[in-house]
Amino acid sequence: MSMRLNGLIRKEFLQIMRDPSSIAIAFLMPLVLLLLFGYGVSLDSEHIPLGVVVEAPSADSSNFAAAFPESRYFHIVHFQDTHQAVESMMAGRVNAIVVLKQDFPKRSRQPDGAPVQLILNGVDENTARIISGYVDGALQKWLEHDAAMRGDQLHSPIRMAQRVWFNGELRSRNFLVPGLIAVIMTLIGALLTALVMAREWERGTMEALLVTPISMNEVILGKLIPYFILGMGGLALSVAMALWLFEVPLRGSLWVLFAASALFLIAALGMGLLISSVAKSQFVAGQVAIIGTFLPAFILSGFIFDINSMPGFVQAITHVIAARYYVAILQTLFLVGDEWSVILPNAAALVLLAAIFLGITWKKTRKRLG
Amino acid sequence: MQSPLKYALEASNLSKSFQAGGRRIAALKNISFKVRNGMVTGLIGPDAAGKSTLMRLASGLLAPDSGSIEVLGMDATKNSLEVQSAIGYMPQRFGLYEDLTVGENLDLYADLQNVAVRERPSRYEELLAMAGLSPFKHRLAGNLSGGMKQKLGLACALVRQPALLLLDESTVGVDPVSRRELWSIIYRLVREKGASVLLSTAYLDEAERCDEVLLLHEGELLDQGTPASFCEPMRGRVFAMHGPAKRTLQTALAEEPGVIDALIHGDHVRIVMEEGVPAPQDMGAEISPLPPRFEDSFVTMLKKRGGEFHGNANPGKTIPESPLPVIELESLQRRFGGFTAVKNVTFSVSRGEVFGLLGANGAGKSTTFRMLCGLLPPSGGKLRVAGVDLRHAASRARAKIGYMSQKFSLYGNLSVLENLNFFGAAYGLTGKQGANRISWALEEFSLSQIADSVSADLPLGYKQRLALACALMHEPEILFLDEPTSGVDPIARREFWRRINDLASRGVTVMVTTHFMEEAEYCDRLAIMAMGEILTIGTPTEIKAGARSKALPEPSMEDAFIRLIESRGSS
Repeated sequence: MSMRLNGLIRKEFLQIMRDPSSIAIAFLMPLVLLLLFGYGVSLDSEHIPLGVVVEAPSADSSNFAAAFPESRYFHIVHFQDTHQAVESMMAGRVNAIVVLKQDFPKRSRQPDGAPVQLILNGVDENTARIISGYVDGALQKWLEHDAAMRGDQLHSPIRMAQRVWFNGELRSRNFLVPGLIAVIMTLIGALLTALVMAREWERGTMEALLVTPISMNEVILGKLIPYFILGMGGLALSVAMALWLFEVPLRGSLWVLFAASALFLIAALGMGLLISSVAKSQFVAGQVAIIGTFLPAFILSGFIFDINSMPGFVQAITHVIAARYYVAILQTLFLVGDEWSVILPNAAALVLLAAIFLGITWKKTRKRLG
Repeated sequence: MQSPLKYALEASNLSKSFQAGGRRIAALKNISFKVRNGMVTGLIGPDAAGKSTLMRLASGLLAPDSGSIEVLGMDATKNSLEVQSAIGYMPQRFGLYEDLTVGENLDLYADLQNVAVRERPSRYEELLAMAGLSPFKHRLAGNLSGGMKQKLGLACALVRQPALLLLDESTVGVDPVSRRELWSIIYRLVREKGASVLLSTAYLDEAERCDEVLLLHEGELLDQGTPASFCEPMRGRVFAMHGPAKRTLQTALAEEPGVIDALIHGDHVRIVMEEGVPAPQDMGAEISPLPPRFEDSFVTMLKKRGGEFHGNANPGKTIPESPLPVIELESLQRRFGGFTAVKNVTFSVSRGEVFGLLGANGAGKSTTFRMLCGLLPPSGGKLRVAGVDLRHAASRARAKIGYMSQKFSLYGNLSVLENLNFFGAAYGLTGKQGANRISWALEEFSLSQIADSVSADLPLGYKQRLALACALMHEPEILFLDEPTSGVDPIARREFWRRINDLASRGVTVMVTTHFMEEAEYCDRLAIMAMGEILTIGTPTEIKAGARSKALPEPSMEDAFIRLIESRGSS
């Protein structure tokens, strides 16, 4: 390695160590994000406040109502009449109401059965759908249980036997935490790199660097190498937290994980450097990096929102978002295993994007001002 | 390292323009010149003259639109890497990493310049001793004073002995002691090592320290020669006019035919006459001849090119007499955490006085200023402005204050008229009164022609006029000026100060901060500040007299400043 490149890298590390904002972005933000998403954010609906209205108490009705508290999904609030329950829903104290009408005891023993009313708060349609599913499940369970009590078999022509694969416990943490790693790597690779480059322009140190007999390749490598190492450090921290703190399973191999991450990191660094070749103030660089890399990694990568359910043109946009491919690889590696049919095409896309970003940066960055 | 080349730098038919907004601005207009080897050449000119553009062309950071520039016999555009290995360059803000130590900054630049590791200890020792930084090798560059940063920047540029050293406005805003030290380092470099130095500056007084001068103005090369060759034609044409009322005298002299320039300078009016015209005898002033300065020649050149004063002098109402001081400070203090930025500052300014605060960057001028404007509460001491205690009624005092900074705190994307409208509204001028003030501003400052131009695109002199107009919209009793004319061309500076003098003669109290020695001479009284303290207060003449000695019978403001700092250091 040339003396110049060496000097640049050493300088960069000294700056990283002395600048609290670099440390914050590289280590504190990942920590906060992981803790927030690992503990704070959950897409599972648990302990949903569910109102149960039993208009005419009887053995059957109380038996039915008792089926709900057994699950970890519901928190049951009992009401005497529908009116009270509806008021409670208006006030947001319950998310759904199950109503057993006056005639429930009588009709439940009749051949055409008794109606059970389910009123859902549809404001958040996603939660409403989940609740509806849970209530169906609970009802089905109760029916089986009830039939068994009477020594009967539940007569139904078709039965669905459900098995959940890859994330058997249906813990959202298991897919949020791997996806989050992509966001963290974007933060270090693109945002931090764009900011530190812009800082050099703002403080006039870039001008002083450029007047030395340094080549532009050395300037680019002098940023790439330190932030690559920093990013891999952030990755190691995130993976360690994922495995040991959040107990997310890692079913693929660690070396594939690191290799794929290195690819993505290079693409992210390419984006950061590309931004800084245009945005020469920290404010603009920060804005562009957040809107151009961080938010897409959050929203359009499939990290939280499923890409397949996005409108067509948004889906088309996601193809240029490197995080999308990385999230796919991460979720596969953690939850499925070394599934090469997923990993290879996504890795190929990352290689292509990294080459494009770095290529444009290299083409655009000339050793000239203005 | 003695180069066989005769010229360190040769520019031929060099042009460069930039796109700014919707316009193309020509920064350099087809200029040609040669910089001789082994001497200090000054690139002198006001802001926007094209100095930095030229420096960047010479260092290969910019490519010219047309023409060529050769540095040390190499084409700076085509062979920029070779040129960059042979030159040292110090940009305006020194190019230091503030979160690295002095030693680490040197290491970085030594790495970048491929200085062999075994040569470094002796080289560092030499450079640090030269810069007076040997005891501070492990201090962060960000914790150095402005003068020390400047010298570290120079040490970094010299880490591998360059054949040509380019200094881009490296002396701006630094205290005069450091400035003088920098000059002695530069001359040692040239005399002992045979290096060539090209140094750009907006301080016209620095021209006289160069071996040769290139005078740039608005992208054109006005002249090239030794400082003496600039001054020689002015000999016998410069006079000091001593009279009782210097402001009235100056106004009268400026109108006199044959007078090229009339400028208040300390206790007298300094005038430059047209060739062959004697100094006016009938002004009731005592006349004594003065040696010419570089600036006299520059002003004469600009006048010949048709540089004229703009606007008439009618600044409006007269502020009533008042027996009490308008600004009163007593043991004023300001601390930021453990750092005391302003220590025990006491002075008072009376109505109609032009009072200056002179000091380097970081001396505490701006902090004092902010407290005076009611923008920053003092940590201790008393402060009264316009008869109001700023602790209790800052906003009442602020209504009587006008403020203008050299940075032009105007809205760049608003037009001239929109800016005036805004500032009028901000000061609560509405209806007929507001309309009157706006038409006054347009008329008085000759802004009618450009009322609809976007203010960011205006030339510097116009921006400055607009900024002053905005600060005067509400007819303030006190005007605060923050480095109003450093870097502005001498004609625009004179025009500006003519207005300030007019305001002062109508009773407006004017406070000026500056690090520009020349500006200090325009004040009635001034305080010299360093490290948060006032070193001395007095009229420019009194302050200069304090430095008079056998060796220095006619000390300059800078001499006086240096003497004060040195005597403070030794006591």
